This record gives sequence, C-alpha cells and structure tokens, in this order.
Amino acid sequence: MKTQPLVIAGRTFTSRLFTGTGKFSSSALMEEALLASGSELVTVALKRVDVANADDDILRHLSHPQFSLLPNTSGVRTAKEAVFAAQLAREALETNWLKLEIHPDPKYLLPDPIETLKAAEELVKLGFVVLPYIHADPVLCKRLEGVGVAAVMPLGSPIGSNKGLLTREFLEIIIGQSRVPVVVDAGIGAPSHAAAALEMGADAVLVNTAIAVAGQPVAMAHAFRLAVEAGRVAYEARLAAPTAHAEAVASSPLTAFLD
Amino acid sequence: MSFRPIFEAHPWDDIKASIYAKTSADVERALAAPRRTLDDFKALISPAAAPYLEQMAQLSHRLTQKRFGNTMQLYVPLYLSNECQNICTYCGFSLDNKLKRRTLSSVEMLAEAAVLKGWGYDHVLLVTGEANQTVGVDYLEKALKTLRPHFAHLSMEVQPLDEADYVRLIPEGLNTVLVYQETYHQEDYKKHHPKGKKSNFHYRLDTPDRLGRAGIHKMGLGVLIGLEDWRTDCFYTALHLDYLERTYWQTRYSLSFPRLRPAEGLLQPKVEMSNRELVQLICAYRLLNEEVELSLSTREEPAFRDQVIKLGITSISAGSKTNPGGYAVAPESLEQFEISDERSPAEVAAMLRRQGYEPVWKDWDAALA
Repeated sequence: MKTQPLVIAGRTFTSRLFTGTGKFSSSALMEEALLASGSELVTVALKRVDVANADDDILRHLSHPQFSLLPNTSGVRTAKEAVFAAQLAREALETNWLKLEIHPDPKYLLPDPIETLKAAEELVKLGFVVLPYIHADPVLCKRLEGVGVAAVMPLGSPIGSNKGLLTREFLEIIIGQSRVPVVVDAGIGAPSHAAAALEMGADAVLVNTAIAVAGQPVAMAHAFRLAVEAGRVAYEARLAAPTAHAEAVASSPLTAFLD
Repeated sequence: MSFRPIFEAHPWDDIKASIYAKTSADVERALAAPRRTLDDFKALISPAAAPYLEQMAQLSHRLTQKRFGNTMQLYVPLYLSNECQNICTYCGFSLDNKLKRRTLSSVEMLAEAAVLKGWGYDHVLLVTGEANQTVGVDYLEKALKTLRPHFAHLSMEVQPLDEADYVRLIPEGLNTVLVYQETYHQEDYKKHHPKGKKSNFHYRLDTPDRLGRAGIHKMGLGVLIGLEDWRTDCFYTALHLDYLERTYWQTRYSLSFPRLRPAEGLLQPKVEMSNRELVQLICAYRLLNEEVELSLSTREEPAFRDQVIKLGITSISAGSKTNPGGYAVAPESLEQFEISDERSPAEVAAMLRRQGYEPVWKDWDAALA
C-alpha cells in the first residue's frame, strides 16, 4: 500500500527504515540484511572504515544505488572533534549528510546535549545536512530545529539495549511539536517497537543491533521492513480510539439531573 | 581525588575471607540480579560459583553479543625495547637477566610496522621495559610520531609516567594506556619487585588516576595471575574499575587477565589458575560490567582461545612476538615470555570467521581526536 514518502533536506525516501552497519558477523551478511530491509539510508562509523583504501570491505558491500551513506561521528567526545571528523567524512565519503553523535560517555554511549547543539550549529553553517542523535528531550529538539538541523534523532532507550520505546511520553511530545522529521534512534529491539514508533507518528526509525545480532539477520531485516510499513500505514489510516473497559452503569448519579 | 582511600578501606585478608565465605545462595542471587554489585561479583568469582559455570557462560555470551555484536577486535604488540632497570621476579626482561638488550631506532620501528601493516593490523600496542634514561618520554614521543601515520590506533604498555608526560603524549596519538598493577597485595608486590622504580607500589597504584586526569581515551587494567590469590586480586581490579568509571567517566576501560607464563630462568606461579577458573573470571567480569572490554592474548593455548572467545572476550592478539625486532629486525632474539598461540593473524581471522565473528582490524581513526 502506498504511503506518503518521507522527505529530509529535499531528498525523498520510500523506506522509513534507516539502518546501521555495526555488529554484523560479516560484511557480506550485513549487505544481504540491509538489502532485505529495503533501507535507503545506512549509517556507517567513520572509525570503522578505511577511507584511504578504495577497496574498504565495509564500503564495498554498501555500494548499491539504493543505499545512501550517512556517516556518523561515533567516537568523538566534543563539538570540536565532531566538526573535524565531519569534514573528513564529507571529503572521504563524498556526502554532506551526517549523523552527529557525540557521546563522551563510552559506557552507555549517551549523547551530550550541550556539545551536540554547539556542533550542530557550526555544521549547519558549514553546509552539512545534520541529523543529530540525542536524548528524547523536547526542548533540545526545538533548539536543534532552531539552528537548522534536517531531522532530529531522539533515542527510544539506551543504544544497543533492545528495550524499546522507554521514552514514549517524551517522543510523543517531540513528534507533536516538531517541524522537522523525527527519527527514533537507539533501543529499538523488535519489529513491534518499530511499528509502535511509526504508529505514534515518528517519521522513521534507525535500527542496528536488533538486526545484526538476531539469530537470522536477513529474516529479521525483512521483519523490520514489514513492521515499519505496517506502522506507517496504520498511522496514516488513523488508529481507532482504544475502547473503554469500564462497564456501562445502569444509573447515572452524576448526570441524572440532565434528564 | 585518588583510589588510595578506597583501596585502604578494603584490607586484603577481610576481602579474601568474604569471597571464600560466599554460598550458592549468594551466587544465585547474583545471577538473578538485574544489575550486579561488587558484592555479587565476589560471589561469582568464589568457589561457590563453580557449579554455575555453564549458566554464567551463557549469560556472558549473550550480554557480550548484545553489546559488541558478532565482532572481534584484533591488535598486536610491537615491542620497542627490552632495556629495563627493574627487577621483577617473573619477567624475562628483568635487570638481573642476562640477555642482549635492544631498543629499536625509528627506521627499525618502521620495518616492524611494515610487517604488521602487511598482516592487516591497524591497532598496535607499543611495549617497552622501564629504562628512563634511554627509553623515556622523549623516546616514546618519537615512537608515536614515527608510527602514527601508519596506524589508526596506538596503545602503550610501558612504565608508569607522570601526569604531565601523559598530557604531552596524548596529542601525539596516544589513545590507550595499559597499566597492570601485577598484584594488589602490597607486601607480595614488594617481594616481586625488589629493585627499580617499579618497586614503588603506590606510584603504580595511582597511575590510572594520573591517566584519568590527563584525559586518556582508554585504559587497560589487570593483575598478573599467579602471583597471589587470583580471586582477591581480581576483586581489587573490579573495585579499581568501579572507582575509575565513576571518576573518569569519559574514559573507556579494558581488562586483561594474563596468566603467568614460563620465562627464561624465572619464577613459577605461586597460584595456579585452571582453565575453568579463568572462564569463571571472564564471565564474572562480564556479568559485573556489560560494557567493559575484555582482552585475551597469545599467552593462552589455541584450543582454549578458540572456545573462550565466545564467552565474553572482545579483543584478541595474534601473531605476537614479545621481543624487540621480533617481526623483521631481529626475529631470533629472546622473548619476554613464551607465547602459546603461534598461529598467524590470517589463521586466527579465519578461525573467527568460522565461528561467525567478523574480525575488526580498524575501529578508530586518527581524525577522531
């Protein structure tokens, strides 16, 4: 079924499933899984690729016309380091798209809101299409929107945790007031989580661990594709209101006076 | 701020007794806990946990796979010098050991580096003894400058340095420093390190604090297993890690668990650690800390390594030589210790792939810092 396409910074995406490239047991399996996912935007860590090597194993397996690369700055701890890494990524991978991630905390990989805002502002001025990975913080999302990011990428739960949409309340606020696309990134552990995000009105999701570490990554990638499609169709079709479970009452002590 | 007051609040004999007093009920509580404490860790490394090894291994495998995926980092040591002013009872480079001393020149470093690059390595660990006159900070700085253009990631396992020295070396490409306490048993430490700067227990104990203050990206901790009761020593490692993670929260950490290997004319282990016990320790570290990196070297036998990598390990070495010049310049010189896994990096990579792991040669970029 046809749904509205997603547009970010003037580029149209048919698939609302963005994917990561880490943790796969081989680059060949990664390629097969990403093809099965239908994803059109795949993020790749600058630290993992050898940009000096034209035959880099990861990049070679991502060279399909349907994949656009979204380099990420994983590993940087400050805005200054992020801006430097972004420029290197732009030059090496020939794209001005960037997943900005600054997590000075290497344990939980939680994003630094202050450095992220600083870096986003500078990178936008330098002509980057910036997609920042951040907490599900509605005010921060508006501040980032204000400096010109192309989308916001709030987390559903800690990265790699597979715990789903633990930040649901805040994601709903973000989706409700955002003027740029909202991509739920991090923590999505099952296709049902992805479907729930799309049903809620998220514009896309980014999934990595749940696919890469699944028993059968290719089949799981396909399952995510279906779930994301289902979630989006459901969102556009408008969900029916949940039924109230309270039993109807025979007498109406609060409204009898209206009779 | 330093680890010392915490260390002093944990007397060795009390810690040891509390570990050995753990019961199967304590182990079961630890296994069921959603987040494990240092007290749970004591139970998991205690003799009472031995019957639960399979359960620990399954949990450890799952947690490691979730965090690190189906990947394994590869690194290799590059020995720069075997000059050493210390006497260490267990080490082949000990001052009182008669062997030809060699310190690589820049040209020799590059010759060694070329071999490692040819094998596919992008992460190297620079190793020296402790000879501050000839292999001091100036030499280390020169080594970093020489090698930085050729590798994505440089680590160092050398003598402990002052904070200002680390501050000087980090911008030259020093990403990671490994500094093993060897043992947290203060009296035995003195026996094993009778002479040289290394005999200063506290200077060594404070090294991770100096590294943390200097803003190092990653540090590696551990003890040399075989010097003292491994359970107690490894509890202190975990205690140290816990303190460091809270204090220097922007730093990454890795743990190693080298078992004392025979070296030229030296000490035999006081305490033997069995393969089962090493697996127990690896799993216990993982169950305590889901994010810490766990490293396994070529000290261990191939058959054991092939099995144990699935149980919590995140990085391994292969093709290692523990003598300066061992790859190209002077392959016949005496090694620091005998390695057990002599397979080439390509053979180890093939083994990893057979087991469903992607060998990761590059996971850092000089552009990131």
